[in-house]
Amino acid sequence: MKRHLFKAFGLVLVLSFALGACATPTPATIVQTVQVQVTVPPVQVTVPPVEVTRIVAGTPQTIQVTAPPPTAVPNKYAGVTVNVLTFTGPQIAEPLQRRAPDFEKLTGAKINVVTVPFSDLYQKALTDFSTGTNSYDALVFDPQWMADFATPGYLEDLTSKVPNDPVLDWNGIAPFFRDFSATYQGKVYAIPLDGDFHMVYYRSDLIQTPPATWDEYVTMAQQFQGKDLNGDGKPDYGSCISMKRGAQSYWFITSVASAFIQSQGTAQGAFFTTDTMQPLYGNNEAFSKALDIYKTLSTLGPPDLLNDDVGATRGLFTSGRCALSMDWGDIGPLAVDPATSKVQDKVGAVILPGSKEVLDRATGKLVPCDAKTCPYAINGINHAPYASYGGWTGVINNASKVKDAAFDFLAYMSAPAQSSVDVTLGKTGFNPYRLAHFQNLGPWLASGMSEKAARNYLGAIEDSLNSPNMVLDLRIPQNQAYQQVILDTAIAQFLAGEIDKATTMKQITDQWNAKTDELGRDKQLAAYKSTLGVTK
Amino acid sequence: MSARASVSLSDRLDRAAGWVFIMPAVVVVLFLSIFPLIVSLYISLVRLQFVAGGFELTFVGLFNYYKLLVGIDHVHFLGLQASPTLVGWLLFALAAGSQVVLLGVYLRGGRISIGGLIGRLVAAIAVSGLAWLLVTTINPEGRPGTVEVTLIYVFVGLVVQYGLGLGLAMLCSQHLPGRRFFRVVFLLPMMITPVGVAYLFLMLTDTTKGPAYPLWALFGLVNTSWVTNAWGARAAVMIGDAWQWTPFMFIVLLAALESQSIEPIEAAIVDGANGWQIFRHITFPAIVPVSSTVILIRMIEAFKIVDLPNILTNGGPGTATESLTLHAFSIWRALDIGGSAAVAYLLLILVTVIGAAYANLIRTRLTRDT
Repeated sequence: MKRHLFKAFGLVLVLSFALGACATPTPATIVQTVQVQVTVPPVQVTVPPVEVTRIVAGTPQTIQVTAPPPTAVPNKYAGVTVNVLTFTGPQIAEPLQRRAPDFEKLTGAKINVVTVPFSDLYQKALTDFSTGTNSYDALVFDPQWMADFATPGYLEDLTSKVPNDPVLDWNGIAPFFRDFSATYQGKVYAIPLDGDFHMVYYRSDLIQTPPATWDEYVTMAQQFQGKDLNGDGKPDYGSCISMKRGAQSYWFITSVASAFIQSQGTAQGAFFTTDTMQPLYGNNEAFSKALDIYKTLSTLGPPDLLNDDVGATRGLFTSGRCALSMDWGDIGPLAVDPATSKVQDKVGAVILPGSKEVLDRATGKLVPCDAKTCPYAINGINHAPYASYGGWTGVINNASKVKDAAFDFLAYMSAPAQSSVDVTLGKTGFNPYRLAHFQNLGPWLASGMSEKAARNYLGAIEDSLNSPNMVLDLRIPQNQAYQQVILDTAIAQFLAGEIDKATTMKQITDQWNAKTDELGRDKQLAAYKSTLGVTK
Repeated sequence: MSARASVSLSDRLDRAAGWVFIMPAVVVVLFLSIFPLIVSLYISLVRLQFVAGGFELTFVGLFNYYKLLVGIDHVHFLGLQASPTLVGWLLFALAAGSQVVLLGVYLRGGRISIGGLIGRLVAAIAVSGLAWLLVTTINPEGRPGTVEVTLIYVFVGLVVQYGLGLGLAMLCSQHLPGRRFFRVVFLLPMMITPVGVAYLFLMLTDTTKGPAYPLWALFGLVNTSWVTNAWGARAAVMIGDAWQWTPFMFIVLLAALESQSIEPIEAAIVDGANGWQIFRHITFPAIVPVSSTVILIRMIEAFKIVDLPNILTNGGPGTATESLTLHAFSIWRALDIGGSAAVAYLLLILVTVIGAAYANLIRTRLTRDT
């Protein structure tokens, strides 16, 4: 009897808990207003004047600007936390984390920088926004992905904010980064924090004349492969170009291929034909030659080159183990860092090598460069500098409750006072993008670069930026699938010897076409053409 | 009358108590396991696209499965098939033949059921099909896809981990000095997060720098690379996996060895049996039930390998080390959630068929015969 009573009691208890959990009414919220006296001491903020370059009547002029304090109201964002998502790095995250406490002192806003591996950044951010989770108030990400974020309305339109912000100095940003990296379909969604171009770096103590063509690059790399380049008695490497799958390597094949594929100017495009959206990374002599060169280069580096990401190849170059490398602008400032570099004042930078033959798109064959086939050739060589990636930019979640604080933080990071220093530090991963970064040598000299090295480095970037045949990176819906999945996988398989050249070209063509047809060929073509015009 | 009513109420309470007490836990498990399974099945039948205002999911039927099994991704998934070598033909004949024999034994056994017959036919077709895939892709003209790479990880890993685990357990079950210390030490790898293990092996396999560099230099291997050769990279993944999960086999088998009765062994020693004979006729049959269980558990876990190939090689060189889970993860990164869910569901089917076949055919037979 007792046993049955106990069971019955237990049953009732369980049912009571279950019903209670479902039926418990929400307690009424009692609101009481309390007056609290707060005394905020005035915050004295002094900002040293900064030299900035403005375009006046079409001419760049350098003037001194005393920026107003970042905020007129101390503790403007007291109690506010801004969650910023970016790449693990350490580059890119480093300057955000380093300057977050300074911004907090100025404004009261706490900046929480969240990092994920590069290959996870796209889906992490998009999943967060598309599911309405909205954990992140701002992103520092790849502007190529703008189509997938701006189209559904996930990003705040900054068009009216940016020109009027006193801290940002919008017009001081180089037009390319304002009009391409930061803008999508006529609206500004991003604040540039970085300027990206691929360049070739070479050991200026070993190489007097840098390579002008990819054939010359290969020849030079072969000459130095296996030789001791840093005096440690061990054989070193001719060329160190990152080729790791799933890292950031898939841009490097484009840097090689573009010289053969695009010659008629930026609007011609280097990825697809502009009439039918057919892939140019396919069965034609230009891409075939690019693959041959790329495969050869994979044998002229360290044994683990297929598993080396950009962090590893940069370290190899700055430790003096490579004669040549290709990278974004990071190697320039990294090479002068006395803590890690063994090649201080021994590094030169140059625009990407070109080609003396270019693709005839009608026949698929390579034809010699002349005034008609290569109208922008320099000394008979077609250069197609690649604005790979476009430069890290900051964007704001349209659903964020702290948009103003997020905007002010990104503006602060991009402001001349901060960015002029950050682009000179290799550890930041930020490369020059403001006119002032190119015109004013002071910060570069202060970072340890010699005047000659600084002029050489900045000159290489400017040559790329000013080239009428510059290659814009792909920025169409789901370009992540085209590049990070399809192109990256095919190139990795080709380099590993899993598939031959013909299969590689066919695989990329077939899979790119399948993705294009899946998303709508006309829609993708319209998006592709709109990005080539670089129009607002 | 009231006594009968009281008994009846008591019976009802007895019958209800069981399911009422476990119902909350069942509901939670259903919500966390079955509901996501159903939703991910739906996801595998759609395509995600971003449009103005948000995103839309377009129903595409079995198109994601079609791409993987016969369409544009089938080489990545199932591998590049080529004619088997002579050894391949022999192995296939062995696999298919064994299925035919097992089926024949079942049919002649007398106790035939529809469910049992269908299950055995499905298992026979699956095992033969997988054997065909393996022999046609793992040969000089072919190339394994993510299915075959995963199967290699699972079965080679099981053999190595079981063998090593049993060996270590046999050692630690003897009265050797330091056995208590080594019992703890042998367990340590299992405590480390798989990502940590992967980074550890990334450093160890670097022949140009890192903690193992003096060893590589001693053997003159500083210009070789494990991870840029397909089988070298797979070996690196399997070695890391074995290092991490052999302790699991070890600890379970050690418990089984230490729990067996000592009398038969003493009697065998008295009768003049040597160590191998004792192991072969007494020890091993005694631990077979535990062995078959631990192999089943480890096999199911092994199919899900992702950390080591992701960190060590990112699935490279090419796609040489890409497991099914990493394949799903890679395409999910580009937000092809339909394709990713399709890979995951095919993995689920593969694990279920192989696991069920093992549990019902091999494990039952092994435990029954002992």
